[in-house]
Amino acid sequence: MVESKHSWKAWLYLAPAIVLLLVFTVWPIINTVRMAFLDDYSGLEEVGGTVFNFGVGNFIKVVQYQRFLDCLKTTSILCIATVPISTILALLIAVALNSIKVLQKFLQTVFFLPYVTNSIAIGMVFAAMFNIVGSFLGTENELVVTAGVINNVIEFFGGTHVNWINVGSTYAANIFVMVVYIVWNALPFKILILLGGLQSINKQYYDAAKVDGTSKGRILRKITVPLLSPMLAYVVITGFIGGFKEYTSIIGIFGETMGPADASGRLNTMVGFIYDALASNKQGRASAAALILFGIILVVTLINLQVSKKKVHY
Amino acid sequence: MADNNIVVMHERQMNKVKTASKVGGVAGKVLTYLFLTIMALIILFPFYWMIISSLKTLDEYRMSVPTFWPRVVMFSNYAEAFTVGKLGRLFLNTVIVGLVSTLLSLVITVISAFAFARLEFKGKNILFAGLLATMMIPGELFTITNYGTVTSLGWKNTYTVLIVPFLVSVFYIYLLRQNFLQIPNELYLAAKVDGTSDIKYLWKVMIPLALPTLISITILKMTGAWNSYIWPRLVANDGVHSLITNGLRNAFTETTGDVNYPVQMAAVALVSAPLFIVFIFLRKYIMKGVSRSGIKG
Repeated sequence: MVESKHSWKAWLYLAPAIVLLLVFTVWPIINTVRMAFLDDYSGLEEVGGTVFNFGVGNFIKVVQYQRFLDCLKTTSILCIATVPISTILALLIAVALNSIKVLQKFLQTVFFLPYVTNSIAIGMVFAAMFNIVGSFLGTENELVVTAGVINNVIEFFGGTHVNWINVGSTYAANIFVMVVYIVWNALPFKILILLGGLQSINKQYYDAAKVDGTSKGRILRKITVPLLSPMLAYVVITGFIGGFKEYTSIIGIFGETMGPADASGRLNTMVGFIYDALASNKQGRASAAALILFGIILVVTLINLQVSKKKVHY
Repeated sequence: MADNNIVVMHERQMNKVKTASKVGGVAGKVLTYLFLTIMALIILFPFYWMIISSLKTLDEYRMSVPTFWPRVVMFSNYAEAFTVGKLGRLFLNTVIVGLVSTLLSLVITVISAFAFARLEFKGKNILFAGLLATMMIPGELFTITNYGTVTSLGWKNTYTVLIVPFLVSVFYIYLLRQNFLQIPNELYLAAKVDGTSDIKYLWKVMIPLALPTLISITILKMTGAWNSYIWPRLVANDGVHSLITNGLRNAFTETTGDVNYPVQMAAVALVSAPLFIVFIFLRKYIMKGVSRSGIKG
């Protein structure tokens, strides 16, 4: 090769990237492991001269900490609820989009719109739609000014209003709102990927099925889903990874309190826990939690890959 | 010839099948469009609600039976949102951070991708694999240490802290390297024989050929600046260097209870608008970039 003599040139070109990666990627990996295994490590105290013992104390403390378990619970519930719902909905929409010609491009654009948004900004819109101005506390002169457009729709169809996100709302109602918002937010990416996959499936499979008079449901189950399985595996895995890192969408709806005013922190997630620990200068605890999060993501991804190895047709 | 015959036969058969299933097909088509329309309306409703709410008076917004079109159109809500949220400064900050970080990031990505795609050096493959492995690690893990690093560097509450830590994206280098690899190596060798410098070759041949990828990277990077929230909240919370999302969240802290929603919705609309405008013009690049990346800014 002409350039093999000039390998110094390659390193010169790579220098900026390597320097920045060493400082902001490689060192943090090493340092996070170090801090996680120093009991009760705190950057502030280290500067003050405190010496920390090596051990797994941070990990033990984190998993015994009720707040962490609550965060883990909320994160897991959100993940388990939103990934299947958004994947199935996205699959149905993608299949429907793929089967039409008129308006296909237009509808495709519409379904992509939630992607081009700021999850905090639109979270505020969802909060407005679910918010009750006034109170439903059952007192004498209570004044409900507006129950929010979602409750208006429920009442229009003869239901009773629900306290979704206000003071006194239940955990289940809060989670429901979050699931709706996260699914709405997750659909565009999944539809885009699945539609791309559908469009690359050879039409002859469908023609053959039609000749045989195969029913629509059977075509979906026996042809579309198997041939689409690499893309389905991809959106499920990225969905789980994103789900375990859920944080800003909750801030969008509930604000920094991460819950209704009377139950702040109730909807906190794993990522929220890490940032809370960091804000209170407990880097050891934050690092341990971050490594646990990484471990969970790794395990879930490996399980998904293992399952898809058996199910995915490449 | 034989192939042709099969195709013709196949088509004839298909036509028969098509007429047979036409009756059922019409009902199916109607259902398909009905389903897609309902879903599209659900997807669009929050945007519609944001816009009409932002144009209502507070009294109209609070009516127990909602109106679906504002009676009095209050454009003044937008002016109020702009001043209450101090959006001007925030827009400026976000544009500065977005432009500078995109520009620097592009330069670093291009020369790194070039080195990985075109140059030979010891340890290239190991280095590249190592870089790709870091992509698996959640960003929160880096943040804990980076927060300490930028604090001790004295970078807190500067533009630098919002730009420098995120300049290198392994993913963008990977994306561009794949793109560069598709360009025949013979072009590079020919240029070498002619005595063309690397930089000139990059500028004249590789960059034009990889332009769609570079545009995708630019868009992802700019939307990243627009949507970033967690990092600026940690390290640039003096109010002077805040970015748009933080400003929005801080100026309108309450989301539940008794809130002046028309003004808040106007602020949300103002913050969302630039992204939509970019999307309208660059739809193709955005959708292509996203389908390859899966990264939400």
